[in-house]
Amino acid sequence: MQRAYIPVLIYAVLVVAFPAVTLVLAKFIRPASTSVGAKLKPYECGIPPESDSRGRYSVRFYIVAMLFVIFDVETMFLIPWAILYRGWVAVHQGLFALVSMVLFLGILLVGYLWLYKKGALEWV
Amino acid sequence: MMTSIFQATIEFLKAFWAPLLCGVAIVAVLPLIVGYIVLVERKLMADMQARLGPMRVGPHGLLQPIADAVKLLTKEDIIPDNADKLVFWLAPVLSVGAALLSLAGLAIGPAFQIAQDINIGILFVVGVSALGIFGIVLGGWASNSHYSLMGALRSSAQLVSYETAAGMALVSALLFTGTLNIKSIVEAQNKEAIWFVMLAPVAFFTYLVASIAETNRAPFDLPEAESELVAGYMTEFSGFRWSLYFLAEYANMIVVASVATTLFLGGWLRPFAKFHELPGFHWLNFLDFVPALLMVAIGVYCLQRTPKQPTRVQQIFMLAVAGLCFVLGLVLLAPVVVPVAKPFYAGIHGGFWFIFKVSLYIYFFMWLRFTIPRYRFDQLMRLGWHFLIPLSIVNVLLVGVALIAGSYLNLHGWELLLVTTPAAIITLIVAFLILAMEKEHRARQDQAAASDFYAG
Repeated sequence: MQRAYIPVLIYAVLVVAFPAVTLVLAKFIRPASTSVGAKLKPYECGIPPESDSRGRYSVRFYIVAMLFVIFDVETMFLIPWAILYRGWVAVHQGLFALVSMVLFLGILLVGYLWLYKKGALEWV
Repeated sequence: MMTSIFQATIEFLKAFWAPLLCGVAIVAVLPLIVGYIVLVERKLMADMQARLGPMRVGPHGLLQPIADAVKLLTKEDIIPDNADKLVFWLAPVLSVGAALLSLAGLAIGPAFQIAQDINIGILFVVGVSALGIFGIVLGGWASNSHYSLMGALRSSAQLVSYETAAGMALVSALLFTGTLNIKSIVEAQNKEAIWFVMLAPVAFFTYLVASIAETNRAPFDLPEAESELVAGYMTEFSGFRWSLYFLAEYANMIVVASVATTLFLGGWLRPFAKFHELPGFHWLNFLDFVPALLMVAIGVYCLQRTPKQPTRVQQIFMLAVAGLCFVLGLVLLAPVVVPVAKPFYAGIHGGFWFIFKVSLYIYFFMWLRFTIPRYRFDQLMRLGWHFLIPLSIVNVLLVGVALIAGSYLNLHGWELLLVTTPAAIITLIVAFLILAMEKEHRARQDQAAASDFYAG
């Protein structure tokens, strides 16, 4: 089984080497950078930058990240279920599989509705 | 010592020459393909806006991508003062690496695949391509510019929101296949003699929308909304570094198009592929000649345009393009008519149909880009969280119900449409209900805001 991943490993090396090597090689082609002063400042519509940009930002982004973890884990649980589902249906145990997944999704759906009411899914 | 190393190398090459060759081919050819996708996009945009588009470099601008590449390679490289140098260097490499690496799992035709028998196929592709977000976030963080950081944050929020909807859509298709292996997924569609886009149309629609958002394409290209964020996370990147991000974006487009093609559009299968395997002649088998005819038609068109080119060099180049089309047409015709070449049918025609479907999907992306104006960020998040996610959850469950009904009625292949179509219709009704609820919710909110305003 591990053997199947050796081609992926070879390809991964190729894929990372391609941009890295090209970046290094491009150094010999392009003119040397003679930039000084304002040219090296980050772009801010032509005025000197106000402050360091790595400051605080909206808490919304954190909420979205947390919600993502919940719902993506849910998807991850769905995938093995989806793969085995047709086998269960074939031996007429599909109803059992479906009801168990409905229960699982139902619990999450209650959470989703609560979030909806609370306005956690609103952006503004 | 030396000989043993030499022998080990030989053994290694013997075992893995095919994936090595495929890998080198992809890494060498993909940048060129991306360049030409950009040219096609510019030409299409020009056509839809009644202009000509690039016309100067080569006949009809055919050499424009190469000129662009040379220009980008010779550009001055600027790293801003307060940038984190290492991360600034690493981020585009990471972004392009993830995009190209996820191509390893995909099968372009039954013969051309790097990771031949990894059993988690589609999960590998989705997982690795999701790593590209690190390149975007790190790039935005490293450049120490407000625009870059804002673009990176928006991009990550957007990707994360639509990842779930896309995953759910994939689950609906996986319910039919019962496997994650790419080849088995396509073969399942051959066995059922129906593509999953017919059986799970709502899932396909969900994946289409989510994949546009995931590749940061218009109308969801908020991370690089030039009217508000200059260029988003790419603001401080210039020259070849910038072109790596560009390459990653288009490679990502190819990846999502390939995933959609594999899962929903029958992968490398010809339309009505079942008839090719049947003994005897069937009139639908004329589809075997379509690829060759298409190539010949393009070649003839190039020939017709040749005398109209202004200079001799351009005429010769146009002739060369026509010749290339004719050669490709011959290659596509050979497996159908020459008995000796029959074994190559699956590989050559599979590759053609796969690339054809991927091109159609990407064409649809471009069409949307030139047609629909950009969304606002809160509208984008609302579409994701309030509409697509509940819709895709309902869709998964209804497809499950349809499969149970199908097994009780003993339906196979085309007959499954009898149960999946009602399921899709019910999902559509649910979609309209969600939209109506959403509208009411918005109306109530706006009213509250207005009354607050007048209350002072």
